[in-house]
Amino acid sequence: MKVEAELPPRTRPSVVELEAEPPPSAPEPLVKRLGRVVLGRQPIGLAFGAPYALFIAVLFAYPLGLSVWISFHSYFFTAPGVSVARPFVGFANYRAVLSDPAVRQSLLNILIFLVINVPLTVGLSMLLASALNSLIPFRAFFRACFYVPYVTASVAMVAVWLFMFNSTGVVNAVLGPLAPVPSWLVNQGWAMPSVAVYVTWKQLGFFILLYLAALQNVPKELYEAASMDGASWWHRLWAVTVPGVRTVTTLITLLAIIVGANLFTEPYLLTAGGGPSGKSASPVLLMYQTGIEQNHPDFASALGVLLVLGVLVVVAAQRLLQRHQA
Amino acid sequence: MVPVRSSFVARVKLRATLVVVFTLSLGLSAFGGGAVASAKSAPLSYGPINIWYSNNAQEISWGEQEVAAWNHLYPSQKVTGQQIPAAESSEEVIEAAITAGSEPCLIYNTAPAAVPDFEAMGGLVPLNSFPGAVSYIYARTGALAGMYKSPDNQFYQMPWKSNPVVIFYNKTEFAKAGISTTNPPLATYSEFLATAKKLVSSGAAKLAIDPSPSSEFYEAWYDFYPLYAAESGGKLLVENGKATFDSSAGQAVAAFWAQLYKEKLAGNETYTGDPFADGTAAMAIVGPWAIADYQGKEGSPKVNYGVVPLPTSKGNTSYTVPTFSDAKNIAMYASCKNRGTAWDFLKFTTSESADGKLLSITGQMPIRQGLEKLYASYFTANPDYKDFAVEAAHIIDCPYVSNSIEVWQVFRNGWSKAVIFGSGSPDAALASASSAIDKLVASNSSP
Repeated sequence: MKVEAELPPRTRPSVVELEAEPPPSAPEPLVKRLGRVVLGRQPIGLAFGAPYALFIAVLFAYPLGLSVWISFHSYFFTAPGVSVARPFVGFANYRAVLSDPAVRQSLLNILIFLVINVPLTVGLSMLLASALNSLIPFRAFFRACFYVPYVTASVAMVAVWLFMFNSTGVVNAVLGPLAPVPSWLVNQGWAMPSVAVYVTWKQLGFFILLYLAALQNVPKELYEAASMDGASWWHRLWAVTVPGVRTVTTLITLLAIIVGANLFTEPYLLTAGGGPSGKSASPVLLMYQTGIEQNHPDFASALGVLLVLGVLVVVAAQRLLQRHQA
Repeated sequence: MVPVRSSFVARVKLRATLVVVFTLSLGLSAFGGGAVASAKSAPLSYGPINIWYSNNAQEISWGEQEVAAWNHLYPSQKVTGQQIPAAESSEEVIEAAITAGSEPCLIYNTAPAAVPDFEAMGGLVPLNSFPGAVSYIYARTGALAGMYKSPDNQFYQMPWKSNPVVIFYNKTEFAKAGISTTNPPLATYSEFLATAKKLVSSGAAKLAIDPSPSSEFYEAWYDFYPLYAAESGGKLLVENGKATFDSSAGQAVAAFWAQLYKEKLAGNETYTGDPFADGTAAMAIVGPWAIADYQGKEGSPKVNYGVVPLPTSKGNTSYTVPTFSDAKNIAMYASCKNRGTAWDFLKFTTSESADGKLLSITGQMPIRQGLEKLYASYFTANPDYKDFAVEAAHIIDCPYVSNSIEVWQVFRNGWSKAVIFGSGSPDAALASASSAIDKLVASNSSP
């Protein structure tokens, strides 16, 4: 610090200074100045970024903006050119969403899902990735095995799980008298945990790959040093691996939360439309039913906007927590 | 430093503003709408049209033959047919197509339950706008046509074909359980329950009957609604703006199904496949479309089936008892330009000859008067279908109410909870669903 204080004031330009434009030696024409203000110092950068910006604008920003607009209006889909009144209704759609018992149940279901799915996903994928990163026999075979469910169509996987988890399936046959009655997928208490476990299993291969990539960046010397200090496998995992892959853990947590918030296929197929009695219904399933099947996109949009906000809040809280820990 | 930072922020803001303006301009252009002609005012014109038909193999065959026959006769008004695009349901495909203005002129797979919603979207052409249409519809269909009219007396759909549902039973499993295969005791609810118990307890079948337990709105058409039609003497779910099922007939049907589920004679778990065809369930509620499947592809019986009419609490052995139609109709869609051709093609494909071909190729019943007499030779050659022709004159369909799908979903939610999964009293569930549907129908009717 002392050395730095003694340096001449202009030897180390700050980031802000690098952004600053050099003082003009002569007045620029107005058009050129406007062009520079709008296009920046490197217009070619805009050209490179434009395709993705267009993609985001058309497929993300516009639908999101339209969804927000719809959520504040009385809206239903019509044929082009059909003129109908779409009055502004303020927060009426949001009030309808929040007072709907089916929505409240679906939010509770998602909470149950996240509580089971997120820790299970993070814990299992890190553990299995660490194991697969070690020198174990048939490593490539195991990697492929874990990845197969991820790349297989959910519809096919769901059929297998239906066979496994029905009342006469292999799982209940193994459990015998310990099997729940009614069986897993039609049991009010077990339907959502079953969906959470299914999604964990289905997505695990992808998250294991992410961890495997991250593990390549953890210096081997740290493991060697820990081993020399007498650390066991568990200690090395806890003291070296977990801190070493912290950024990927953050990413996986976020992705798992997003997957949970977007849950649709599994309750639609695995538990026959969110059954039993709505105990595995998800907000996105309700959005499909109300928005697409029943032509109430205003209600569905309000629910969608609340879902987006909910995910943003959870993600922000998670990032704040992580920053605080760091 | 401050002016430099302000300049940087200003530039970022300006670029962000440009992005927002661009995005909003996209949005506003969408609100501007397209250029589809008004459903009621487009003049008659003639020329090429597109149509969609079901993706059922037999219906594709029929559709292709009809299109080829028309194109041979009227090459200047070419019809192009294709299967309806695949999705979770035909209704959502059609809804998306209406919204985008990309639907064809005619769809031969329009569910009557979805018609009120499509009409509200401005997606349908009232057939009354064609000269002689109403008399043509009544001449073909008879009094049953009245069921398909909108509250303002418009025909937004042409009644086309029905699949009156009855009870199919597996003769092999009935024989194994020691139950008569020619006259099985299935006329009353108590007989049905006793037969169901015998089938399961004897090990002849895992389940007596296994309708889908899914929460999808349309599943009510294959468990509650047919039996309610039979028990109530043909009442629709909603009549005169009020739900009808919170009644002794509705309660009897709910109690019957609740008993089947409670005693595990009916399954509440999702089955991947057709439990009746696989031999898992000894009975099924199906229409004549399934006969071809159950007969097997090579002509050898896949299922040794028999058919009986729907039971009622007091007993029924007649095919004149009301049942659910499981109908699909033809509708003309708003973006159709050559409506003259579309109307002519619609009449061409619902003629006596075309209906006869539909019957012989698909086994489904044209919604036409006097089927038995008109196609007597077909029914003599195919006696399995004869009872369905009798039943086809006694069908009921979904009520023509605004937001019909939502009404059915409300019903299904209550039914699923109390009857299929046994949570709460079925009577209370019916009362609650009835009250909710009354409010829904009233709110949709109010301006």
